[in-house]
Amino acid sequence: MADPVLFAADPNPEIASGITESRPARWGLMAIAFTFLTLFLVLPLVLVFMEASRKGLGYFFETLGEPDTLSAIHLTLLVAAISVPLNLVFGVAAAWAIAKFEFKGKAFLTTLVDLPFSVSPVISGLVYVLLFGAQSALGPWLKANGIEILFAVPGIVLATVFVTFPFVARELIPLMEEQGTGDEEAAISLGANGWQTFWYVTLPNIKWGLLYGVLLCNARAMGEFGAVSVVSGHIRGQTNTMPLHVEILYNEYNAAGAFAVASLLAGLALVTLALKTLLEMRYGAEIAATRGH
Amino acid sequence: MQVRVENVRKEFDTFPALHDVSLDIRSGELIALLGPSGSGKTTLLRLIAGLEQPTIGKIFFGDDDASERSIRERNVGFVFQHYALFRHMTVADNIGFGLKVRPSATRPPAEEIRRRASTLLDLVQLSGLEKRYPAQLSGGQRQRVALARAMAIEPKVLLLDEPFGALDAQVRRELRRWLREIHDATGHTTVFVTHDQEEALELADRVVVMSQGRIEQVGTADEVYDQPNSPFVYGFIGDSSSLPVKVEDGQVWLTDRPIGLAAPDAPAGPATLFFRPHDVELLDECAGCLAGTVASSRRVAGTKRVELEIGGHRERVEIELPVDHPAAQKSRIAFRPRKWKVFPSAAE
Ligand SMILES: Nc1ncnc2c1ncn2[C@@H]1O[C@H](COP(=O)(O)OP(=O)(O)OP(=O)(O)O)[C@@H](O)[C@H]1O
Ligand SMILES: [Mg+2]
Repeated sequence: MADPVLFAADPNPEIASGITESRPARWGLMAIAFTFLTLFLVLPLVLVFMEASRKGLGYFFETLGEPDTLSAIHLTLLVAAISVPLNLVFGVAAAWAIAKFEFKGKAFLTTLVDLPFSVSPVISGLVYVLLFGAQSALGPWLKANGIEILFAVPGIVLATVFVTFPFVARELIPLMEEQGTGDEEAAISLGANGWQTFWYVTLPNIKWGLLYGVLLCNARAMGEFGAVSVVSGHIRGQTNTMPLHVEILYNEYNAAGAFAVASLLAGLALVTLALKTLLEMRYGAEIAATRGH
Repeated sequence: MQVRVENVRKEFDTFPALHDVSLDIRSGELIALLGPSGSGKTTLLRLIAGLEQPTIGKIFFGDDDASERSIRERNVGFVFQHYALFRHMTVADNIGFGLKVRPSATRPPAEEIRRRASTLLDLVQLSGLEKRYPAQLSGGQRQRVALARAMAIEPKVLLLDEPFGALDAQVRRELRRWLREIHDATGHTTVFVTHDQEEALELADRVVVMSQGRIEQVGTADEVYDQPNSPFVYGFIGDSSSLPVKVEDGQVWLTDRPIGLAAPDAPAGPATLFFRPHDVELLDECAGCLAGTVASSRRVAGTKRVELEIGGHRERVEIELPVDHPAAQKSRIAFRPRKWKVFPSAAE
């Protein structure tokens, strides 16, 4: 029952927290954390941006303006725009089922949700090749009907959906389990129907967790490499997403070009993070309140 | 609205939380479900509300079989043990929720909903707190908001699960009186759960005593206190002392002597004698009575409680004495219960 108002009013939170390590220990821990983050996260990111602008800003924008690059950016945005809403719906449904109902096979479903996290993305991609490839049972039929899944946008979307599925569900399950079914029962006893209960009661209770899950899901959807690489076929200008395009440029010894696209991807990640931080700052008290009760 | 529970059994998985429970709740009545933890009070309340379905048996609202009605159609107001207020809504929005989610044909306009919310807030004595969030209220205030929210839908039946459970004694007493006033003013049929017997006896028109998934006795406060119909009720309601005895020739015997209590209707055989510690008659001469040596004594408010060791097996019973009674350790006291009851041992 953390009461944000109480904590905010506390004049000396350090003492109130009850954890009073000695000063050197605190500085030491902070130094370790910062050094580690700088070496392994900040430095590489800075290097990416430096590499990208090595041949000058003109070249940077020139690379980004190339038709193949534009097509990759377009495809990445399209894939994210399809798979994130899908996983939003799947994730909420799965979390709802797992957290609020008792049924046989619940533990199995929970494990299944984690599956994409535990298998290598390459395997996730291969699954779709096995399912839809020319040698598969479905392959000839798909070909006869002129449906393209593999080496086309549908395949990329499928692989991305698979890989990013757990983000929303994983974020919501513990949250919903902790909140229990009391509020929903109250809403129903007051006459709300299922949809009203979800819209007015459940959703507001999980909105911050949901938003967080969606942000992570989006970041991964845009950045996914392994699974997409297997199903995409690397057709330039057609089935290349941004991460794949980075690799192609790099393999062609076009380092500056590769880093230009990479910096754009990294930029997207930073925007996601900034957005999340901003939300936490703006609504911090409210987030704590919905989580803490 | 009259509510009838008929031969209801409720199992969770295979565990029976209620066995064959039947209960008539009269229209406009304030009735208490009283029993120890785990006796099935909440389960019975949730069955009436429709939050659970009976495994066997039926529940009637008036003459209608409630199992054919959804929770919404039952129109019950439920106040949850832990309030279950919507934390992201203000107090006013919480109270207005039940009206806001009505189908558009019967939904009052927003202005009317707001007005009704503040009328209800007046009723629960929280005027002016419309804009607060539940986290900014004290426990007692939350409790009252929960009650106002349940009453906003103008329920036919009001169900309260340990409404004052989480509050301190002072606030409890206050809210108790206040609930009685509200009940008398609105005339809802009200069922409330409690494990506090004082609360049940003081507040309710009738008390339902439950134990281990069964209803032991239903009656007014006087009935369950003065005429308990089972050893459990005798022991659970009020203070009581008990003593293993036997019944023979229409007399109550302690080991080898009759103790001057005639029980012409009790079946012969081993039994347990129950009486209230304060309802005893002290005797000077012991010819056909209970007598024991004082093992300990303690002061309880305006009286003195002494524990006596009685008979060859040194059974301990408690009786109440005037404060100025000169009972000392080891001294001998003879007494006879004024009101008492024997229950055959097998029935226990
Ligand atoms: N959802 C459930 N699943 C399994 N068992 C349950 C469930 N709900 C209640 N029970 C069991 O049913 C029995 C009665 O529970 P109930 O909640 O009705 O007790 P209660 O009289 O309200 O107790 P308390 O005073 O502690 O609230 C208990 O033994 C409890 O363990
Ligand atoms: Mg209970």
